[in-house]
Amino acid sequence: MFDTLSEKLEGVFKTLRGHGKLTEQNIKDSLKEVRRALLEADVNFKVVKQFVANVEAKASGQETLRSISPGEQVVKVVHDELIAVLGGQNAPIAFRSTPGKLLVCGLQGSGKTTLCAKIALHYKKKNARPLMVAADIYRPAAVKQLQVLGKQIDVPVFHVDKKPPQICEDAVEYARANNLHPVIFDTAGRLHIDTELMDELRNIKSKINPDEILLVADAMTGQDAVNVATQFNETLDLTGVVLTKLDGDARGGAALSIRQVTGKPLKLVSVGEKLSDLEVFYPERMASRILGMGDIVSLVEKAQETIDVKEAEKLEKKLRKDTLTLEDFYQQLQQLKKMGSLESILKMIPGVSSAIRDVQIDESSMKRVEAIILSMTPDERAKPTILNGSRRARIAAGSGTSVQEVNRLLRQFEQMQKMIKQMRGGKFNKKMMPGLFPG
Amino acid sequence: MGFSLKKLASGLLKTKENLVSKIKAAVGLHKKIDGALLDEIEEILISSDISVETSTAIIANLKEKVAQRGIDNSDEVFQLLRECLKDLFVDISTEPFFACNKKPYVIMIVGVNGTGKTTSIAKIARRFVNDGKKVTIAAADTFRAAAIDQLAIWADRVGCHLVKGQEGGDAAAVAYDSVQSAIARGDDVVIIDTAGRLHTKTNLMEELSKVKRVIKKAMPDAPHRTLLVLDGTTGQNALQQVEVFKKMLDIDGIIITKLDGTAKGGAVFSIVERYKLPVVLIGIGEQMDDLDEFKAHDFVEALFT
Ligand SMILES: Nc1nc2c(ncn2[C@@H]2O[C@H](COP(=O)(O)OP(=O)(O)OP(=O)(O)O)[C@@H](O)[C@H]2O)c(=O)[nH]1
Ligand SMILES: [Mg+2]
Repeated sequence: MFDTLSEKLEGVFKTLRGHGKLTEQNIKDSLKEVRRALLEADVNFKVVKQFVANVEAKASGQETLRSISPGEQVVKVVHDELIAVLGGQNAPIAFRSTPGKLLVCGLQGSGKTTLCAKIALHYKKKNARPLMVAADIYRPAAVKQLQVLGKQIDVPVFHVDKKPPQICEDAVEYARANNLHPVIFDTAGRLHIDTELMDELRNIKSKINPDEILLVADAMTGQDAVNVATQFNETLDLTGVVLTKLDGDARGGAALSIRQVTGKPLKLVSVGEKLSDLEVFYPERMASRILGMGDIVSLVEKAQETIDVKEAEKLEKKLRKDTLTLEDFYQQLQQLKKMGSLESILKMIPGVSSAIRDVQIDESSMKRVEAIILSMTPDERAKPTILNGSRRARIAAGSGTSVQEVNRLLRQFEQMQKMIKQMRGGKFNKKMMPGLFPG
Repeated sequence: MGFSLKKLASGLLKTKENLVSKIKAAVGLHKKIDGALLDEIEEILISSDISVETSTAIIANLKEKVAQRGIDNSDEVFQLLRECLKDLFVDISTEPFFACNKKPYVIMIVGVNGTGKTTSIAKIARRFVNDGKKVTIAAADTFRAAAIDQLAIWADRVGCHLVKGQEGGDAAAVAYDSVQSAIARGDDVVIIDTAGRLHTKTNLMEELSKVKRVIKKAMPDAPHRTLLVLDGTTGQNALQQVEVFKKMLDIDGIIITKLDGTAKGGAVFSIVERYKLPVVLIGIGEQMDDLDEFKAHDFVEALFT
């Protein structure tokens, strides 16, 4: 649905190749596209302004590099700056006392309750004895929801028939008496402008003095994210932010907005409905996602989940070594089909989201692509460059498609190869990744 | 719009402040309606959660109006934009939602996680009950922990009949039973709750279309309405949600919730522009009376007055 930023910038710089420096004018033109891309990704407009000003300062006067186009170079500046802003301080979940206390807050429907259970499960797996506290007394059956989840993961849930601040205070006592740690407090969803309920949170905070106060934000949040985050942070002085529902296809620009207006680190991301679907936050991944540049790591991981590991490794190797042939492409299509929504999978491959934007990703068009590839000889699949006019005509006839369709596929494939090349040597070295909650 | 107008207005006030004041600032900088001003207005629209494509389309329409009428004074851009926004609603059905003409009138509610489906069902049921209708609600979210209990509590508060199954049970079976039971009981309305799911999960989306097919076995022309619930705070992703839910489930209307906050509800414009789908209801709070019928004229005017 979205063009990738890189591709748009290619357009801006098309006529400018060979210039020695990024000039003021070509930077200006490209920054317009950058601004657009960020807005499309739901980054708040004020945040966009500030961010773009920073990028401008960094890009001005840079020597153009011979190895990459000016467009790619600006993308790199943007990407690096995004990583810098999103990353900042690396702050894992930390408890200063025993029992450790972690308070979860946010808007209605952002995914707090599920997150509590995910965090509890994480500590349970590390042989801790966590306690969850049900302090949402407003939403019908919210307490029950946490209790059901608690049973699923065999973690006790504390609840008494009192007001939320009192429930939380009692819970700390209970944890102490029973040697439970850490204590995870689930609170009711509330609007940031609901003064009464925001006061309640303040109250809870002063009663239990939490080590961690995490704002839970839906990755799909739009422009309003800044208002929400500002209010919660002013009320509670957050220690961090968790982004949820990242298993969807939202670009997640809210992450940048929230980070910018609160200055608080993004700590965790929630990536599915299963209680094990919790990860630490990786600034690089988020930056690529916001820019619509795909996410090789997620792709490889998703592949590993669904396809066997060997297949995934093969895919990863292909993508790293830039030896993707049409044959591989065909094989991958077969594998990918097993992994669920083709569109969402393809979107994770750098460049593909734009390469496929004219093609309806429905079964019938996929079948046509398959038919085209199947009508090629093995040689042609390995080296599409040998496909001259007469070969293309033969393939079109053989696959029951048109030469235009064949051309289009080849063009798209070429773009994809180019993008993969660009990402090569990028940041998908898994060995460098820390555990979920280091320390 | 009843007593809750104030709530909506206070939420929308923020929208107005943003949209109108931003455009005012832009107009102040440009005497003439030129490319630069239009570019700026387009960005302002996007920054109200209106989708990029819709913003582009609105600007195209604006340009056309500017050319047709030979206007070049930037002060007039407000009036033109207001017209452009209203233009979007011209072909959209305004059929009143609560006039149910089938018995039972079957409504299926779908959407991604946490958007406000269950609460909206309570609110809709409440309205029908207030109108003297007999209502059945179906707990076909058999997946999320305690979803059934949540709906049961609402059924109790609203005063309507509940059909439920087991947690982890077959959602389609619950939906089917609810329609059968409503027919047997002579109820007027059936509202079916479903588990929240991201539109990107193909298998879960397919499960939902199965629920819909199975409902038809109990009553061939049901469901009479399939409504998608969107969270008003959602940004550009709202359109992707509409796209997939429409393709998979042929939804025929939208509910936008949480407009009692400061979110802008800009998705409304994108939905009508791109999909010609009516926004039928809006949620403006957590209580069962916090529901309004959507009125396009009021919505646009609220942005400009
Ligand atoms: N402020 C506000 N909150 C709302 C509105 N509608 C729903 N909510 C709240 O949003 C939260 C989620 O609502 P639910 O009705 O449980 O949402 P759902 O879509 O059924 O959620 P799942 O079934 O978990 O996918 C609850 O805390 C509701 O009280 C609204 O219009 N305004
Ligand atoms: Mg629900």
